[in-house]
Amino acid sequence: MALTIKEDVTVLFAGDSGDGMQLTGNMFTDTHAHFGNDLSTFPNFPAEIRAPQGSLAGVSGFQIRFGSIEIFTPGDACDVLVAMNAAALKTNLHSLKNSGTIIANSSGFDSKNLRLAGYENNPLESGELSGYQLYIIDVTKLTRTALSESGLGQKDIDRTKNMFVLGFLLWMFDRSPDGPTEFINQKFKKNEPVRTANLNVLAAGYNYGETTNTFTSRYTVKPARLAPGKYRSVNGNQALSLGLVAASEQSGLQLFYGSYPITPASTLLHYLSSYKNFNVKTFQAEDEIAAVCSAIGASFGGALGVTGSSGPGVALKGEAIGLAMILELPLIICNIQRGGPSTGLPTKTEQSDLFQAYYGRNGEAPIPVISSRSPSDCFWAALEASRIAIEHMTPVMLLSDGYIANGSEPWKFPNTKDLPGITPPLARPGQRDEKYLPYDRDEKLVRKWAIPGMEGLIHRIGGLEKEEKTGNVSYDPVNHENMVKIRAKRVEIIADSIPAQELDSGSPGGDLLVIGWGSTYGVIKAAVKQALAKGHAVAHAHLRYLNPFPKNLFELMSSYDKILIPEMNSGQLKHLLQGRYLIPIEGMNKIRGIPFTSKEIEEKIDSILS
Amino acid sequence: MATEALKSKDFVTDQDVRWCPGCGDYSILKQVQQVMADSGRDPQDIVFISGIGCAARFPYYMETYGMHGIHGRAPALASGLKAINKDLSVWVVTGDGDCLSIGGNHFIHLLRRNFDLNLLLFNNEIYGLTKGQYSPTSPLGRRTGSSPMGVIDTPFRPMELAFGAKGTFIARSMDRDPKHLREVLQHADDHMGTSFVEIYQNCNVFNDGAFFTFTEKATKKQNALFLTQGEPLVFGENEEWGVRLNDLRPEIVSLEQYSKNDLWIHDAKDRFKATVLCQFDDLKNGEIPYPRPFGVIYQEERPTYEDQLENLHNQAVIEKGSGKLDQLLAGSRVWEIM
Ligand SMILES: Cc1ncc(C[n+]2csc(CCOP(=O)(O)OP(=O)(O)O)c2C)c(N)n1
Ligand code: SF4
Ligand SMILES: [Mg+2]
Repeated sequence: MALTIKEDVTVLFAGDSGDGMQLTGNMFTDTHAHFGNDLSTFPNFPAEIRAPQGSLAGVSGFQIRFGSIEIFTPGDACDVLVAMNAAALKTNLHSLKNSGTIIANSSGFDSKNLRLAGYENNPLESGELSGYQLYIIDVTKLTRTALSESGLGQKDIDRTKNMFVLGFLLWMFDRSPDGPTEFINQKFKKNEPVRTANLNVLAAGYNYGETTNTFTSRYTVKPARLAPGKYRSVNGNQALSLGLVAASEQSGLQLFYGSYPITPASTLLHYLSSYKNFNVKTFQAEDEIAAVCSAIGASFGGALGVTGSSGPGVALKGEAIGLAMILELPLIICNIQRGGPSTGLPTKTEQSDLFQAYYGRNGEAPIPVISSRSPSDCFWAALEASRIAIEHMTPVMLLSDGYIANGSEPWKFPNTKDLPGITPPLARPGQRDEKYLPYDRDEKLVRKWAIPGMEGLIHRIGGLEKEEKTGNVSYDPVNHENMVKIRAKRVEIIADSIPAQELDSGSPGGDLLVIGWGSTYGVIKAAVKQALAKGHAVAHAHLRYLNPFPKNLFELMSSYDKILIPEMNSGQLKHLLQGRYLIPIEGMNKIRGIPFTSKEIEEKIDSILS
Repeated sequence: MATEALKSKDFVTDQDVRWCPGCGDYSILKQVQQVMADSGRDPQDIVFISGIGCAARFPYYMETYGMHGIHGRAPALASGLKAINKDLSVWVVTGDGDCLSIGGNHFIHLLRRNFDLNLLLFNNEIYGLTKGQYSPTSPLGRRTGSSPMGVIDTPFRPMELAFGAKGTFIARSMDRDPKHLREVLQHADDHMGTSFVEIYQNCNVFNDGAFFTFTEKATKKQNALFLTQGEPLVFGENEEWGVRLNDLRPEIVSLEQYSKNDLWIHDAKDRFKATVLCQFDDLKNGEIPYPRPFGVIYQEERPTYEDQLENLHNQAVIEKGSGKLDQLLAGSRVWEIM
């Protein structure tokens, strides 16, 4: 049989939320990662845990793109769509490439499923899919046959049908089932019947490909030329958690994470609470306000206080963030953004909390804002946010979003000996009789961190305006204005210690600079790469530092004729940069809860430059 | 370490105290400073944390570490502090609005978790700092700036709420009985777990005399019931009244008819008796209200949150070995590209 070699392939697993598509996708991903492909994934969940079976609302998807080339995005459109039922086909067909492959589970297209999905005729039979390569497999029936002698009940048997799909796809992409086998052995080591059943069904799926002649083509994707080194696969929230633990080790500080569950931030709490053998304490608070306040209390006590949430929760934390800001204590607020406003689109992604990060507090309360651009980059963003929070004694907003929080990619993880150090500005225990000045500052306007329990440093801090140096309550008008300026300056000064803005691709000066921040990194990178290949004088700059901006940003922007900012919001970064630098900027905005495709951006670049 | 014994004046700060002249907060401040001195603790190991309100100015006046936080959130600030440093002696100072209205959620969760810290509720049945609106403890019908025709919200009974929230130490005292207040504060300090102390505090500007029935000489003995562990419940001008338990009902009896042996013996460890004591504020004997209990109403031993948290960490280290960052970064599935 023909084995076609491909540079990259995108597969979308779609099924009912009970069909196990996330697990299938992850196991499929793992296999390709170990094989040495570069890859990127995009899990897409419904908001309800168990929406009615077979309904459009209940479709859960997992998209993976893997390649022998560098992969920046999980793929604009897919080559292969696995549809476990009619609803899965209906909701995802639009993202299948022309003449792409559909693998459909025929038992998911019975009259009930068709009705729930709103099909009048069975699309598998009506001919409407003639533009695609359609393979119909009765996965449910084949699974049942494979396990007819297993002694398991029907429900347990049906639960393994995702392994059939996995086995079949491994065959289709010429990958050995060894990795998944090992995974199943581990996962079900305490449940022998289920372990064997999963293995049998996995093998049945694989053999089905091998033995039936229906399938005329198999594909293979060679390993990518990734930089040599050790890799693991990591998702954004995992990487962010690891970055925080690394910050704790690099600073010698205890890490305290106070949080209240919210999608898509909850897994931060899950990960961090499992690191109890590290110097990491977690606290599931009664609400977001308590979560942030507990973190402030911990920072007051000399720990690195961190809190994490998504937009609605960050809104609740606003007053307390202002407190941390006026107290001048380290604090990290992770905002894993989702579609807003209000409860909005909890499981979908958006970048619409940048204004909230900037302005979401009463009074003049500027704080540094850092963003992460990819799953593995969350590690570095968290480490850098921690450095700034600790060394500058300030709350820092760390922005990620649902897209990179759940998405994963291979990560050439660092060796800890290569990580930067972090130096907490601890006060030196003093004389008991000397009056301690808690708001005395160094040249970077950073006060010293005096921690309860330290000798000779007894002092009180609070949210009322304070007198410079002594920290005593002061209502003096001139002092207040001075303090507001000092606190603003404290954030601006950080620009001295951050790297200059670099170009991700392209060269300085030209027709168009595409500026991005956060999770649009991959799609912009891919689009600009295409545009460069076409000979356009275009470049890409991706901002990690949103407040303060890098010092050279204005100069960099000025060296292009035009600037384009694609954002998953109505133009928040555009507004900030225009307001600050008075440079006209073109916005490109998508507010649909789904990421841009690189094609969309490529076309926009073309239209601007034509 | 402090070498000489400290005096209460060692806990006085250089800040001017800004409460209204005659405010009950002054007396509480004085007693707290005395109790801190008596505790023998080094001031550098003590932290006062508050929210917002008149009461919440307290930390500025204590020569210890302190934080004046935001409205209602002191319990959460204190929880984080205590979770990362269990050696500190932590005191939360809060008002009835701060604690039971905006901070009500944090209050109940603090109690059920049982951090080893102390929460002093200065109850003046009014919002003092915002100039006299009714609070969650203002009685029905009370006319205030925001209830010109009288309050219609049924008030909380703080002790009852604390009990329902699984508090492990519940006590009440008053600003105008320094000795009693000091004793109760000492008990609170000794308790391992969250010690909740409601302190009746007179706001002479916006709610003057709210507790005079219990605090003033003329009426105090008749209306306040001072509890002592192991002692019978007696009150009255000449200790002529007692409380006995008649089946499940507390009954006011005359000691001319009953002897002290017939009376309810106070036992703060008795959950059932504590629930009944928490009801006294609302009970009436015909038209006459029951005497109001003061002292340690309830006390229970339960592991503190921070100890349990520490146990989990120790257990994790035993099970997994102490954490190695390199291993954590590598995760469980690593592949190498040559
Ligand atoms: C978020 C917020 N809401 C409202 C206020 C205004 N405020 C300050 S103190 C207070 C009530 C204080 O009452 P209480 O806790 O009983 O303290 P007291 O002044 O009586 O001691 C209010 C409503 C505030 N400071 N912050
Ligand atoms: S307003 Fe009332 S509680 Fe506040 S300081 Fe004055 S007397 Fe005390
Ligand atoms: Mg009050």
